[in-house]
Amino acid sequence: MAQTELKAAPSGLDPARWIDVDGATKIYTTRTGEKVQALTEVSLTVQRGEFVSLVGPSGCGKTTLLKILAGLIPHSSGSVSIAGKTVKGPQRSTGLVFQAPTLLPWRTILENVMLPVEVQRLDRAVYRKRALELLDMVGLGGFEAKYPSELSGGMQQRAGICRALVHDPEVLLMDEPFGALDAMTREYMNVELLKIWKESGKTIVFVTHSIPEAVFLSDRVVVMSPRPGKIEEVIDDDLPRPRELSVMNSPEAGVYTSRIRTYFNAEGAID
Amino acid sequence: MSTSTRTLAVASASPEKERRAPFKQRLKEKPEYVLVPLIFVVGVSMWEFLTAALKVPAYILPPPSKIVSALVGHVQTPTFWENLGVTLQEIAIGYVIAVVVAFALGILISQVRIIEKAVLPYIVAFETIPKIALAPLFLIWFGFGLLSKIVMTAFISFFPILINVIEGLRSVDADKLEMMRSLGATKYQIFLKLRLPNAAPFIFAGLDLGIIFAVIGAVVGEFVGAKAGLGYQMLQYNYDFNVASMFAMLIVLSLLGIIGHTIVRLLKRKFAFWSSPSGH
Repeated sequence: MAQTELKAAPSGLDPARWIDVDGATKIYTTRTGEKVQALTEVSLTVQRGEFVSLVGPSGCGKTTLLKILAGLIPHSSGSVSIAGKTVKGPQRSTGLVFQAPTLLPWRTILENVMLPVEVQRLDRAVYRKRALELLDMVGLGGFEAKYPSELSGGMQQRAGICRALVHDPEVLLMDEPFGALDAMTREYMNVELLKIWKESGKTIVFVTHSIPEAVFLSDRVVVMSPRPGKIEEVIDDDLPRPRELSVMNSPEAGVYTSRIRTYFNAEGAID
Repeated sequence: MSTSTRTLAVASASPEKERRAPFKQRLKEKPEYVLVPLIFVVGVSMWEFLTAALKVPAYILPPPSKIVSALVGHVQTPTFWENLGVTLQEIAIGYVIAVVVAFALGILISQVRIIEKAVLPYIVAFETIPKIALAPLFLIWFGFGLLSKIVMTAFISFFPILINVIEGLRSVDADKLEMMRSLGATKYQIFLKLRLPNAAPFIFAGLDLGIIFAVIGAVVGEFVGAKAGLGYQMLQYNYDFNVASMFAMLIVLSLLGIIGHTIVRLLKRKFAFWSSPSGH
């Protein structure tokens, strides 16, 4: 992809507040009528082209926040906008990657990647070329005519990433995308993801419960804690780029990791 | 030079070996290809032998040879072909009606909540009726002709298709639904691109059961009261104690079921290939 450089931001938009969450809350009503506070007054801004991770134990609201950004669930109060547009529902400016690849087994890999193009009625000829380029970029060139069942879990997840990127969204939202993979594949996918990030120049919000994964990938790590879900601290991750896996053995990485871990330990969560 | 002679030697030796080894290997991999015909041959031979040895009268249990000669005889008469045509019509028309109504109703029930709430209890109640018991009623309402059999066939094959259409359309993974929603898909797009293809394996299971039930429906309809058809013809032979001919009709009726089942299986392999372990 010859897309290394960011396209100029549309005029009047502030690239420093590309994602702007201001005092967002989420209150669920359970079946018995009880009100559960899933998120309390979360405020967060993400720069254009930045890689931000949300970490925290289960129940900290990190996935809730991501789904609010994706427009899949409405927030209860506060405001949420992406690229200057208030999020009211799913929109073209976001691409979502799930924990499971969620590929459709009756479609070939290329047809799966083209699904957003079909749903959003975009020009198939134009985006077909883009889809093939994306598949090439993630190392799935030549697999476009295969069916998902013929691919490994890691390959399926990479196809899922291509699907999230095919319609050229402003922001890539990833919900524990590598959580179901084995440790080796996971590390490999982390390295791959940084390459994809660099080549596509996308803004990425990445949910994980793995502290080392967050430290390895991110520009900033947002640490969240549960009951009710809130942001504890936002840590600037200044590990030098480009990063290789060995960077995790550096003392700096150790400092970040143990600093984040103190919040987890305080919550009695084990990770 | 020496390499080429060696290759030649191997080439000339191999056909002998190849002919034997793959057969043994094939037997190991797919023992059913040998065992199934073998059991058939042994079973039929025992049947033939025992009916002769025990002097079983032909009006109780005829030997296979007599059944085959009865079948060969019938196939050469125009009456057989007329009756076959009648039964085929009953099955085909009844089945098509069942499929169309089951699809329409299944889609409505699975997609429109208010219809599901209103109609589903009746479907469940009707499903528990022994549907064959309705054949005499259909005879009174729709007469001795084709119509009462078509209704019976449609009625009995309708339920397994309907239930599977509903089950299939409902059985979508929550995360696939969420994925479609995150793309901004409309309800109609979700139905067309996710629910319907996702339901295909269920739908084909229903179509498969349905075609077998359709044959049962046609035969039962003819048994209760008819002027033509293979079931009718079978009943005539029953009155004459012509058991060999009854078996002959039974074979033809089974063949109809097997052919229908095979057609559905082939369609399934084409349109729902991902659900079978053999792949595409």
